[in-house]
This record gives sequence, structure tokens and C-alpha cells, in this order.
Amino acid sequence: MGLTLLATTYTAYAQDSAAVARGKAKFDHSCAPCHGKGAGDDGRESLPGTYSLKIKYGETLPAALEDRTDLTSEVISVFVRMGAWSMPPFRKTELSDAEIDDIAAYFAVSSRAGN
Amino acid sequence: MAVLPPNVSQQQFDTAIDRLKSVVGDEWVFTSDADIHAYRDHFSYIKDEPNELIPCAAVGPDSVEQVQAIVRIANEFQIPLYSISTGKNFAYGGPSPNVRGSLTVDLKRMDRVLEVDDKRNFALVEPGVSYIDLYNYIQERGLKVWIDTPDPGWGSPIGNALDHGIGYTLGPYRDHFSAHCGMEVVLPDGEILRTGMGAMPASDSWQEYKHGFGPDPAGLFGQGNFGIVTKMGFRLMPQPEHWRNGLITVPRRRDFIPMVDTVNYLTDLGMIGEPWYSGGLQALMNNTEFAEAANNFNEEEMDRQALAAGLPSWRVELQFYGSEGTTLANWEYAKELMARNIPGVQFTDGESLPVPLTDEQIQKSSTPYESSMRRNITQGRPGLGIWYMTGRTDFNPNAWNETHIGLFSLVGRSGEAVFKAQRDFADISKRLDMPGFFPNSLAGPVNWYQNSFLMGNGFGAAKGNSPQQKKDATILLRRLLEENAKLGYGDYRAPPILQDDVADQYSFNNNILRRFNEKLKNAIDPNGIISPGRAGIWPEAYADLRGSHRED
Repeated sequence: MGLTLLATTYTAYAQDSAAVARGKAKFDHSCAPCHGKGAGDDGRESLPGTYSLKIKYGETLPAALEDRTDLTSEVISVFVRMGAWSMPPFRKTELSDAEIDDIAAYFAVSSRAGN
Repeated sequence: MAVLPPNVSQQQFDTAIDRLKSVVGDEWVFTSDADIHAYRDHFSYIKDEPNELIPCAAVGPDSVEQVQAIVRIANEFQIPLYSISTGKNFAYGGPSPNVRGSLTVDLKRMDRVLEVDDKRNFALVEPGVSYIDLYNYIQERGLKVWIDTPDPGWGSPIGNALDHGIGYTLGPYRDHFSAHCGMEVVLPDGEILRTGMGAMPASDSWQEYKHGFGPDPAGLFGQGNFGIVTKMGFRLMPQPEHWRNGLITVPRRRDFIPMVDTVNYLTDLGMIGEPWYSGGLQALMNNTEFAEAANNFNEEEMDRQALAAGLPSWRVELQFYGSEGTTLANWEYAKELMARNIPGVQFTDGESLPVPLTDEQIQKSSTPYESSMRRNITQGRPGLGIWYMTGRTDFNPNAWNETHIGLFSLVGRSGEAVFKAQRDFADISKRLDMPGFFPNSLAGPVNWYQNSFLMGNGFGAAKGNSPQQKKDATILLRRLLEENAKLGYGDYRAPPILQDDVADQYSFNNNILRRFNEKLKNAIDPNGIISPGRAGIWPEAYADLRGSHRED
């Protein structure tokens, strides 16, 4: 019984780790060019999406998505599928529902890590 | 919001959808309002209006064979198709079709980089590959070639080239359609065509010799509706060993004429990359006296005030690719020529850096090229930094202006032609009383295409978010296009709602160009299913929709 539980826990952990890795890769590819951390172009303090969210939320929420603890799959889906401000909606051919789940898994880790 | 294709019943449509699902799988046929939302133009001037250009559904094939099957189904059910690659195309209609109720063929899943050769310097890609994807592919493999990217790197080389998009490195590469070499196309009857040497099955030169033998139909597929492009080759610039830039400024307004002549000479000898022209007197526009002179083309007064302020009338930033020695020699030669042609010209040595530049070198903000955005694109590095343009800013934190439309007119590649265009654009703008668009004597050209100038002409004009404001703006932009064309200024690209209007202006010999294209269209695509209305080319089957976007 104990071994089974251990095996199940390990499998879940491995699956989570894989999801986090996939989520980070997808975030880096599809989201980070606007919503990543680091300096923006032309002397701006951050990239366009990150900068927009800083203006939108001020001090109430982190500007960088990777620092957010409130971005579940459901929340991400609303913004990704509907679009927000000048960000257009993203299609399932670009970003599948499963990939959104992966990104949420990545945020769950990155927001804890102070990434 | 659900719409049907024109003249197709619900029952026929449902049957067609079932057939499409059998081709690509249920998962990749999209019919719900929620899914279709992502196939609308995010910046539409007719959003939520009864004539908004939304599709009936979307289908995402993963292979050429699936594209062929989709085309055959569309013929059978008489459903118009509209293909997109990554479907961005901000300011030019996004993913929206020309005909409301079209079936969008979303090629994003066809995202394979098929080949990159850094000895023969070419790439072969599928439509779903973005500039970022191709760049990453090259970097991950350490290949010694560059891409030439437009400002937003999320678009696809195929989609951008087919809409005659541009970039920022050397002339032969930054005209993306001209830099293509070989394409594969699914024709309206579902057959596959390969252009150039692709027509010879055993050839090894598909991405090296684009002409093949006999007439080359490749041009029909750029801004056209003669097939769905499923592969495309591109010539790539070999990674240079060194990059250098420099700034040239001239004191008097009329110095712009020899400045352009000299830059043209250097450009056409292949000695420089994209020249970046800008007026040097914008800072004086806060001065009422100068603004009056600039708005009234009082050149003598403008020169007097420029001299008093110690500012140059014009600037051009040059970039050089090659070795340290050749870039220096070319820069010195550019200075020698300019000094020979323009009294009082001044030079600022820029930077001289081995390639690839480091991130720190990209982010630097020294003169010239204070812009790291500019540095990225001159190095073929794709990004999305350009979207500061549409994002929230400190001075616009809460009011998204959802209208964003691109209008650029072709202007002769000379200083005289630019001066004439400045006056013409100012006159037209005043006559039409265009809000938000005030052309004057400071407006410079862009030299995106090596052999021509474009000037912003209406971009940013007449904005507003209410339906009536959008309608008024569209009417005004149509009048602008008409007035521009009377003086010979044609647009190179347009969103679907203005494509009929732009095509109307290419009217030589009673619009023979469009009539010729439509004869071909009707012969090649008798059911008119491939992107009817694209670039103003309407097949007989949908001819009654010509100009329907103009109904108010």
C-alpha cells in the first residue's frame, strides 16, 4: 500500500514537472515576447505586455505574469481566448487548452520561486 | 453571431462540417462563437456590425493533403475559403476574410521548418512557421544565416511575404515577396502546383532559381486568390562578420534632394542596408513661428530657424554589413560622396561591432540608433516590442483605441517626389478636414522597399471607437484613397474593407489589370471559392459582393 502511494505520488510529481517544463517552454515562445521579464526596448523598463499590466494594476498585482499566483487555467483562458486591450485572442491552433493548463502549472511554480 | 456561407443552407453547411471533421478530426474544426471570436479582426472598423467580416467556421489542417481535401469539399458545397498562416496582420484586417461567412483555413498547425541551408543561404518553410520560430530554429542549430523580420515577429514569413510585407536589412532581403524563391500551392481544384525549379521533380535548385521555364505565376499568389500556398522558399542573408552604422545630417531643407540621390547610389551598389530617413526639426514644432513656416512650406524661413536652433533639416541613418574593413571603407565612401554633393553635411560615426551583437549591445541607446527596437530588426532579431504602439502607456492608461489601420502610399524615390507628396498630402488632408492626420513639410519617407519610397498617409487618422466614428472614419479614408490616386499615390496593402477601394485606383485602361486577373480567376477557380474579393478580385460567383463593404 505504501509503495503504491509512493509510486502514485511520484507519477503525479513527474507529470507536474513535465507540465511545468512544457508550460515554461510555451510561455517563453508564445507569451514572453510581450509578457516576459527584463528590460523592454528603447530604454523602457519592461516589455509591452508587462508594462501594460503594470499600468493597469499598479501595486495591486505583479506586472509579470510569471509572478502571479492567481492565474489558473480558467483565468488564463478568459484572456487568451477573448483577448484583452490590444492583445488579440489566441486560437486553439496557436495555443491549445492543454497548453494553457501547462502554462498555469508553470505559473504555479514560477510565482513561488520569485522567478 | 453564427453566420452561414453565402447561398449555403444550414443542412448543407452541417454536412460540409461533418466532412471537414472527417478530414482533420473533430478537434480542428471550429464552429462555436467562442472559437470563431479568435478569427475576427481585433481592430475591425465594423466590429459587431451586421456586415462584420467573420467566418462561418474555421478548419486547421496539418498537411498539404488535408488542404487539398478541404479545397475539394469547398468546391462541392460552394463554400468560400479564406486562408491564414499565423493570422496576425495587425492594421491590415487581421485574420478576417473578404466575404462574411467564409470558411477560414487556419494553416498554423503546418509549422514545420523543412530546410535551412547556411551554405547556399535559403530556407523552406510551411505557413504556420513564424519569424520567431524560424529565428529560434536557426539559433538552436548555430546556423550562420539571418532572417529579415518585420517589426512584429509573430507573423509568418509566408503570410507576410504574400501580403508584400517588408523588413530592415539589405535591400534584396527586406522585400519579402521578392526574396521568396519557390512555392508550393494548392490550386482551387485541389491540385498541387510548384513554381520555379519545383516544377522539375528531380531539381536541386527550387530555392535557388525562382523563374523555372516559361511564365512564372508566383506573383498571382501574392495578395491574390488563386490558390493556398503550403510551402515557400526564402533567400537568406548570410550572417555578416561585422555591423557598423553612421548618421548623416544636412543643414538645409533642399539638401534632402542630393542626400536621397547619394543614398540611392549607395543602396543600388549594395553598399548599405536600410537607410532610415527622418526630419530633424520636429522639436521646433512647439514654436508657433516655425510651425507656421513648416505647415506652409516656407522653406527659407524653415532654413533660417533651423540654422538659428543649430538643428539639421534632415537625418539619415546608414548601416553597413560585411567585415570591419569593408564596412569602414563603405562608411568612409558614403561620407566622401555626401561631402562632395552637400555643403555643410555632418557625420556621426556610429558603432562598429562584431556580429552577433550581444544583448547589451542591442539595448544600448547611443547615437545613432537610439532605438533598440531598430537595432533588433537591423540584426534580423524578431520580437514584439513594437506593440508599445498599441498597449497601455502612461499617457493613455485606460482608453484603448481599437481602430488601427495601415495606409502607406508609394512615392517616387527622390527628394523632389517627397517634397511634392508632402504638399499634396497636406492639401488633401486640409480639403478633407481629416482629424488626427496633419501632414506637413517634415514628413519623411520610408525606404522599406529598396527601389521605392512609401509615406504614411492616413495611418492614425480619424480614430474613434464608436460605431459612428468608425463609419465616418472609413468613409473619410475612402475619400482619401480617391484623392491620393488622382495625384498618383497608390497604396501597397490594405485591409479587406478597403481593398476594393484601393484596387479601383489601379485603373489604367479601364482597370485592365483587375479585369485580366478576374478572367484568370474565373478560369482557374470557376466556383470562386479561394478568397473571393481578395485585392478586389471578384469571381463571377460572388461578383455581386464587389464594393459591398462600402454600403453604409
